[in-house]
Amino acid sequence: MSATANQPSNSNSQLSGERLLELYQTMVLSRHLDERVWLLNRQGKAAIAASAQGHEAAQLACIEATDPSKDHYLIYYRQFAAMMALGTEPEEMLRGFLAKTDDPMSGARQFPLHGAHPRVDLFNFSNVIATQLPQAAGVALADKLKGSDAVTVVFFGDGASSQGDTHEAMNFAGIHKLPVIFFCENNRYAISVPLEKQMGVESVASRAVGYGFPGVQVDGTDVGAVYEVTNVAIERARAGDGPTLIEASVERLLPHTTDDDHTRYRSSEDIVQMLNRDPIRILAELLKRRGQLTDSGDEEIHALAKKRVNLATDTVDAEPYPSVESMFDHVIDSSGGHS
Amino acid sequence: MTERTVIEAVRATIQAEMRRDSSVIVLGEDVGIRGGVFLATDGLIDEFGEDRVIDTPLAESSICGIALGAAVNGMRPIAEIQFADFVWPAINQLVGEASKVRYGTNGVKTAPMTVRVPYGGGVRGGLYHSQSIEVLFAHTPGLSVVAPATPFDAKGLLATAIRTNDPVIFLEHKRTYRLVKGDVPDADYTIPIGKAEIKRPGTDLTIIAYGLMLHYALQAADMAAANGISVEVLDLRTLRPLDEDAIVESVSRTGKALIVQEDTLSVSISSEVAAIIGERCFFDLDGPITRLGPPEIPPMPFSPIQEAAFMPSPDKILAAITKLAEI
Repeated sequence: MSATANQPSNSNSQLSGERLLELYQTMVLSRHLDERVWLLNRQGKAAIAASAQGHEAAQLACIEATDPSKDHYLIYYRQFAAMMALGTEPEEMLRGFLAKTDDPMSGARQFPLHGAHPRVDLFNFSNVIATQLPQAAGVALADKLKGSDAVTVVFFGDGASSQGDTHEAMNFAGIHKLPVIFFCENNRYAISVPLEKQMGVESVASRAVGYGFPGVQVDGTDVGAVYEVTNVAIERARAGDGPTLIEASVERLLPHTTDDDHTRYRSSEDIVQMLNRDPIRILAELLKRRGQLTDSGDEEIHALAKKRVNLATDTVDAEPYPSVESMFDHVIDSSGGHS
Repeated sequence: MTERTVIEAVRATIQAEMRRDSSVIVLGEDVGIRGGVFLATDGLIDEFGEDRVIDTPLAESSICGIALGAAVNGMRPIAEIQFADFVWPAINQLVGEASKVRYGTNGVKTAPMTVRVPYGGGVRGGLYHSQSIEVLFAHTPGLSVVAPATPFDAKGLLATAIRTNDPVIFLEHKRTYRLVKGDVPDADYTIPIGKAEIKRPGTDLTIIAYGLMLHYALQAADMAAANGISVEVLDLRTLRPLDEDAIVESVSRTGKALIVQEDTLSVSISSEVAAIIGERCFFDLDGPITRLGPPEIPPMPFSPIQEAAFMPSPDKILAAITKLAEI
């Protein structure tokens, strides 16, 4: 079920051309905002950022196959584009990165992209790798007990695949055939540690056989391919047939975070090769080949995105930080509330 | 009113709460047909079925992680850790994750989950079936930690824990399970978290204890009374938040404090209680704040003679009472 970057399966995609163009626009906006956050870090305004550059297609296409009105999303720190795909406004994103009072995820208590989303059931409690996987199994267990057909999608990286929590979560989900999708974004690096030092097998997906459910590898730069495999997994989960492990092969175009320098551990050949797998460029070329996007149209999309990002930056930069007093809120239920 | 042991009170309360609220589920190792290794969930699978009484794989981190996920999605899970000594693989899901759900989401998400943890020694449990693990949890903002010592308190506090909208670590001393009996009302009642209780009034000094040590303290207080020493015994019942006012009120009145615990003393509940007394009762004290606990060795030796030497006992407490009373 894998596809290669040079032969996108988008031509067979169930996504309409019009929808593909909309996803492209969201990807471009995510990329411009992502780049802006790194600039804000270099200006000393954003303390830390982890980029989704290179992961955008995988994140958007996976979300596209879900139903945000009822499904659950347990994300990790690199889910910038997933947040955009779920309708998070650029201002809301920047409030997190700049730790402003109206940060909708955590009120600026946590790192960016941590906390809970104000409109969809998306959350990310911590920075500790892979803790979200057992939690996702628990969310899915609750849905199964309630008789809901909601699906839980839990995102993680190749590094997280090494954690014991990952094994425990998949084991439990397999036993109870829980409606959960384990979506691994494999960019081949856990900060600096390459895949061959992370695992003794060829793929994360191959481990699914040990848990009794399907494992699928897919080209994570290919929107159509990721959408298709996620759709299959969603249908399987909604039908009560259990989990799927999807391993999307992606590139991490930037260092691990704004505090990292990947030239210390990635060869120049590696860096050149991965730049050839930029999912935005791949999708733009596809759209142009199909006659759905012109060079001038593409320039306009980029210009609009930049304008939108500029507006959001100006707005949020002027906003206040949270008050000191507010740090005492929500430690435990202040009402002493019981059911 | 029914006379029950601690374990019977725990089981009856879980059953009552599961009848009261269909979102209450139980998960843990051997909690199903085995009914738990201590029989805390005996028979529950027959009444509530496999969906609500879940035998998990042998994996403590995910027991607590799954409970957390289910809790944020509308359930009120009761996770059982088979022995406190086995809670360490789950520490991150509890101390790292569950404690910060409300805070880290600015109040958007909550984790109404109870983690039952049988703890404590004096049961020939050796190094890995005797541990007291309360300190790490009691150190953590966002968690509540309760440690009832009687069947009455076990019922009232467990009902409260299950109904509370935040994570509660519910500590059950294994030695009290069948040793301690008491009258338990059949009707529904709750006991608030964070409230200590004077289990025996007295005038000469205050013993502050919890769990099994509460009972040893009461026995020692009886013996001291025969010697003309009037001992007040305060049962902490909750370890986070500590009932500072109750501690201060009692010690200010008696002027002397003896803190007894089974856990090793260094950086412990007794350290915190001593600090509270030092800060708030300084001018009312008639003697040094005194602590009685085991030696600073890994708890606790399997050998019966060494185990007995390790554990505080009514006799050791009586000696400490006598020494402090004479000052």
